[in-house]
Amino acid sequence: MPVPILSTRDLTKTYGRGPDRFDALRGVSLDIDRGDSVAIVGKSGSGKSTLMHLLALLDTPGAGSVHVEGTDARSLNGRRLNALRNQMFGFVFQQFFLNHATTVLDNVVLPLKIAGVGARERRTRGMAVLEQLELADKARNKAGNLSGGQKQRVVIARALANNPRVLFADEPTGNLDSATGRIVEDILFDLNQNHGITLITVTHDHDLAARFNRRLYIRDGQLITTDEEHAA
Amino acid sequence: MNPLETLKTAIANSFRSKLRTTLTVLAIFVGAFTLTITNGLGTGISNYIDSQVAAVGASNAFTVTRTDTSSGLGSGPQKYDPNTRVLAAGGRPGSTQVALTQADLDKVAAVPGITGVSPVTRLNTAYIQGNNQDKYQLSVSVLAGAQPQLDAGQNLDDGSQAPQIILPSSYVAPLGFSDSAQAVGQDATIGILDATGTMRTVTAKINGIEQNALLSSGGAFINKALSSGLAQAQATGTPSTTAQVYTSATAAFAPSSAAQIAEMKNQLSAAGYTAQTLDDRIGTVRTVINGIIGVLDAFAVIALVAAGFGIVNTLLMSVQERTREIGLMKAMGMGSGSVFALFSTEAAFIGLLGSLIGSAAAIALGTVVSHALARGPLSDLAGLQILSFAPGPVAVVIVLVMAIAFIAGTLPAWRAARQNPIDSLRYE
Ligand SMILES: Nc1ncnc2c1ncn2[C@@H]1O[C@H](COP(=O)(O)OP(=O)(O)OP(=O)(O)O)[C@@H](O)[C@H]1O
Ligand SMILES: [Mg+2]
Repeated sequence: MPVPILSTRDLTKTYGRGPDRFDALRGVSLDIDRGDSVAIVGKSGSGKSTLMHLLALLDTPGAGSVHVEGTDARSLNGRRLNALRNQMFGFVFQQFFLNHATTVLDNVVLPLKIAGVGARERRTRGMAVLEQLELADKARNKAGNLSGGQKQRVVIARALANNPRVLFADEPTGNLDSATGRIVEDILFDLNQNHGITLITVTHDHDLAARFNRRLYIRDGQLITTDEEHAA
Repeated sequence: MNPLETLKTAIANSFRSKLRTTLTVLAIFVGAFTLTITNGLGTGISNYIDSQVAAVGASNAFTVTRTDTSSGLGSGPQKYDPNTRVLAAGGRPGSTQVALTQADLDKVAAVPGITGVSPVTRLNTAYIQGNNQDKYQLSVSVLAGAQPQLDAGQNLDDGSQAPQIILPSSYVAPLGFSDSAQAVGQDATIGILDATGTMRTVTAKINGIEQNALLSSGGAFINKALSSGLAQAQATGTPSTTAQVYTSATAAFAPSSAAQIAEMKNQLSAAGYTAQTLDDRIGTVRTVINGIIGVLDAFAVIALVAAGFGIVNTLLMSVQERTREIGLMKAMGMGSGSVFALFSTEAAFIGLLGSLIGSAAAIALGTVVSHALARGPLSDLAGLQILSFAPGPVAVVIVLVMAIAFIAGTLPAWRAARQNPIDSLRYE
């Protein structure tokens, strides 16, 4: 059996301390295989985003471990960790986090700039990924002037710019109308099926969740076997 | 992120909030401006002193006198020694100066490093007469390597057989010359009393006219030929022994390091002579001026430290404003070191901007003011450019200001660097 690209054991995350203490995750163990498509489903506040951040090594767990291709994340030094964040993972945040003052292209090539890619190559690769998401004509526009659906595609383009092997998308269709949402979904599944990118997506849309290979249901910081609420 | 990219991004970032950057740059501007001005003042004044000092004497010569061993208060009168000649000297009544004889001069000349010794003879000239009938008092001194700042004409030629003189510019009109240029090349007659009280005259050519100068005595410089002519005239009729003693001598040495000069002084002092360079004699003036400049510099640095807090504030706000952006960049794999470099580069850039503009403005304004002063209120001190700017010190100012800005930037930069990406992204 191949080593899972991501696996966690008894992952916990606690926010705050004293009376404000809140256990956002309470022992999550999971394995995600290379090329898989996984939906994380749960109610608001159940800990979906928290879990995604821990999987993408953006935050440190309270206890438990995250293994990336069999390597314990705790054993990685800062440089390796940054290389993983930069090259292996692409993250589509629940909010867009676009820099409205600069152009769409500048926003998209940010991971390449961080990677130290030269200006010319950044441009070509940035334009290529914008092409892929049908946004090439907007490359020179200020990011702030785009519509919601366009912004959503820009952040996906940004996540894809450095050819990640794992794409995390936190509610990528949450604030889109169903038609635009559908387009974005198609883009994501195309990436998963035709480019071999491992897709991990948070959603509370059950129709969308149904299109994934696997669904992980989370409630109050714990994985549950089925979506009891939905089943009921 | 590579260094070039960091620099470009930092510069772009500093222009993102134009008003805030402008205000910080202004604060630094004030500090850099002040520091450049005080620096220019220091350079200007010390240049002037150097040229003035060169005008009164050579820097590579000692004035040598016999060390007076009678110093100490309760030491009582010195025993008479027929071999020691004393001369009455200026200063408190009764003070004397042990005279130098030819034997002393030979001893001084024997000290390693001394290239030549010439006795200083007092020439008590009585008057000078120029184009008209009026006679004016005049004191003269030999050039001894001095480089007077001339209005017109040329410096003296010690090798020439012809008697030559350089007059202070204040003598030009009284002696009946229309201006300095016209006086040059003319003859003047110098009167001097001999030992028997008879007035004797020597004629000399006016070789140059000296500018009004800070340290000048108001006397004239004469060349060797004129000095020996006058000495001869003065000594006419003197008993032979007195002709051979001198109050002091000038000992020249080849250009030497401070240590070599100190060593020669030690040897001379061991032999019983006091040797002083010109720098020794005017050292106090320089010390006072350096002290004043130091105080001014201190004020400028205080202004800069205040500007440094301005930088801290600007960058802290900038870090705050960009918290999410920093979080995003870290989430995309930007290292803490790069984040730190980005913000401290921005600080150094703001510092560079402020110091370049400040120094440039100071140089422009300082040059204008200095020229105006040199023509107006300070015109009596010919050759004084109160502010002058040398590239070295100005570069030091710019680098210093950048360093202060960089240091000020480290605190905000460190705050930006240590942020956890998710906490930063959550920042509203
Ligand atoms: N920094 C924090 N400090 C305190 N509590 C936090 C923090 N981050 C998240 N939480 C809490 O942890 C819980 C899980 O948050 P999380 O963002 O993972 O929820 P989510 O499942 O993504 O919800 P949504 O669907 O609304 O995005 C929530 O109750 C939230 O209030
Ligand atoms: Mg969420």
